[in-house]
Amino acid sequence: MPLVSIVDVRKSFGSNEVLKGVSLPVERGDVVAIVGRSGSGKSTLLRCINGLESHDSGTITVDGLEVGGAATDMRVLRRQVGMIFQQFNLFPHLTALGNVMLAPRIVLKMGEREARDIALDMLAKVGLADKRDNYPSQLSGGQQQRVAIARALAMRPMALLCDEITSALDPELINEVLRVVETLASEGMTLMLVTHEMRFARDVGTKLVFMHQGRVHEEGPPKALFAAPQTLELQQFIGASRA
Amino acid sequence: MADFSLWVIVSNLLLAARWTIALSLIAFVCGGVVGLLLLFARISGVRLLERFVFLYVEFFQGTPLLMQMFMLFFGVALFGVEISPWMAASLALTLWTSAFLTEIWRGCVKSVPLGQWDAADSLGFNFVDLMRYVILPQALRISVPPTVGFLVQVVKGTALASIIGFVELTRAGTMINNATFRPFLVYTIVGLIYFALCFPLSLLAKSLERRLNAAR
Ligand SMILES: Nc1ncnc2c1ncn2[C@@H]1O[C@H](COP(=O)(O)OP(=O)(O)O)[C@@H](O)[C@H]1O
Ligand SMILES: [Mg+2]
Repeated sequence: MPLVSIVDVRKSFGSNEVLKGVSLPVERGDVVAIVGRSGSGKSTLLRCINGLESHDSGTITVDGLEVGGAATDMRVLRRQVGMIFQQFNLFPHLTALGNVMLAPRIVLKMGEREARDIALDMLAKVGLADKRDNYPSQLSGGQQQRVAIARALAMRPMALLCDEITSALDPELINEVLRVVETLASEGMTLMLVTHEMRFARDVGTKLVFMHQGRVHEEGPPKALFAAPQTLELQQFIGASRA
Repeated sequence: MADFSLWVIVSNLLLAARWTIALSLIAFVCGGVVGLLLLFARISGVRLLERFVFLYVEFFQGTPLLMQMFMLFFGVALFGVEISPWMAASLALTLWTSAFLTEIWRGCVKSVPLGQWDAADSLGFNFVDLMRYVILPQALRISVPPTVGFLVQVVKGTALASIIGFVELTRAGTMINNATFRPFLVYTIVGLIYFALCFPLSLLAKSLERRLNAAR
């Protein structure tokens, strides 16, 4: 059974149908790169997986738990699925360490010591052990995003959802974040990442998903798809992002 | 002789001002607690609760405080319940204050970026913890200046309690005037005492706001 299973999911905002029957199985260890034009429903799809948005029909399950199901405690489900955002969304009133420790302390009800140890481990993992006492406003965009990754990892999630996590970064800061993601991928973390980094999608992704007008328009192994896109829309999309 | 009576006037007014301060504090502390609970209800996502608080706020913001005191003082008596002017004034001011604070604080909570809610939700926080550890610490910072500023309105609002017979600063002024027939002197002193209570609060609110803007 796939770790994340998405079956015929639909979602509308008012009369605007944003997801028009999306199906996608994600196996453990998959690195799913989701690409597509702005407005094609990529963010909405990710946000439906951890219930930040509720879908209208179809089913999403994460490790057997049905998202939005009557028997599912969404807070338990969310602990298993980390999310990283374009705008980092660090807590500005807490230090880097405070940001990473908070959820283990409060949500997982860990002791201060244990949470602190895990948080320091995670900060070290993203290469920011020395920045633990800095507030987000004292960090560069790339550093903030790495703290955000550490914050998500501290919950020991089974999968990470990354929504354009390098899009708000200056070009010279993009690589430090991608390198962290690549390490996670090589360690077997299940990743779903919406990205505009085509080369990263091709080199690190195990599966490419091209979203177009609320549907999975084309999917397959990234290298094969980039070499020979089957649909006109993906051809155009790849052509446009090369330019 | 004149000096002596001036001293009597001032000391009596200052004594009465204690009740103005007491009433203000009660209204502010109780109104703050009720306001916080209403704030939680207002943003709980439970439609019925949100609707109730919306109407509550509209009612207390949309009708005169004086009328609210009358309704409590005389209205409750209609049901055969004795209520002292002190109780009626405290209750009315508490309800009135809570309505305004709820609305002020809701604005502050709404000004915390949506990404903060997303981040906390995606980490699995429950509503109370999300508020306590993520949203309120940020909202609190921006809420201090308008909250202190509103305290000025509360202090002035207590003057209305004089009309239902509670002896605070304004009521004491009226009584002393009735005895001394020196309205200009008496009400000037009353005004100065109110000013001495409110002006520091205004200054504090302004300086807090400046400091907050500088910190950005
Ligand atoms: N909270 C929302 N309310 C209303 N419309 C929304 C909301 N979020 C997204 N949309 C709309 O849904 C469509 C898809 O958005 P999104 O999933 O963000 O696309 P993408 O991430 O692919 O750019 C867009 O037309 C957008 O305007
Ligand atoms: Mg998006």
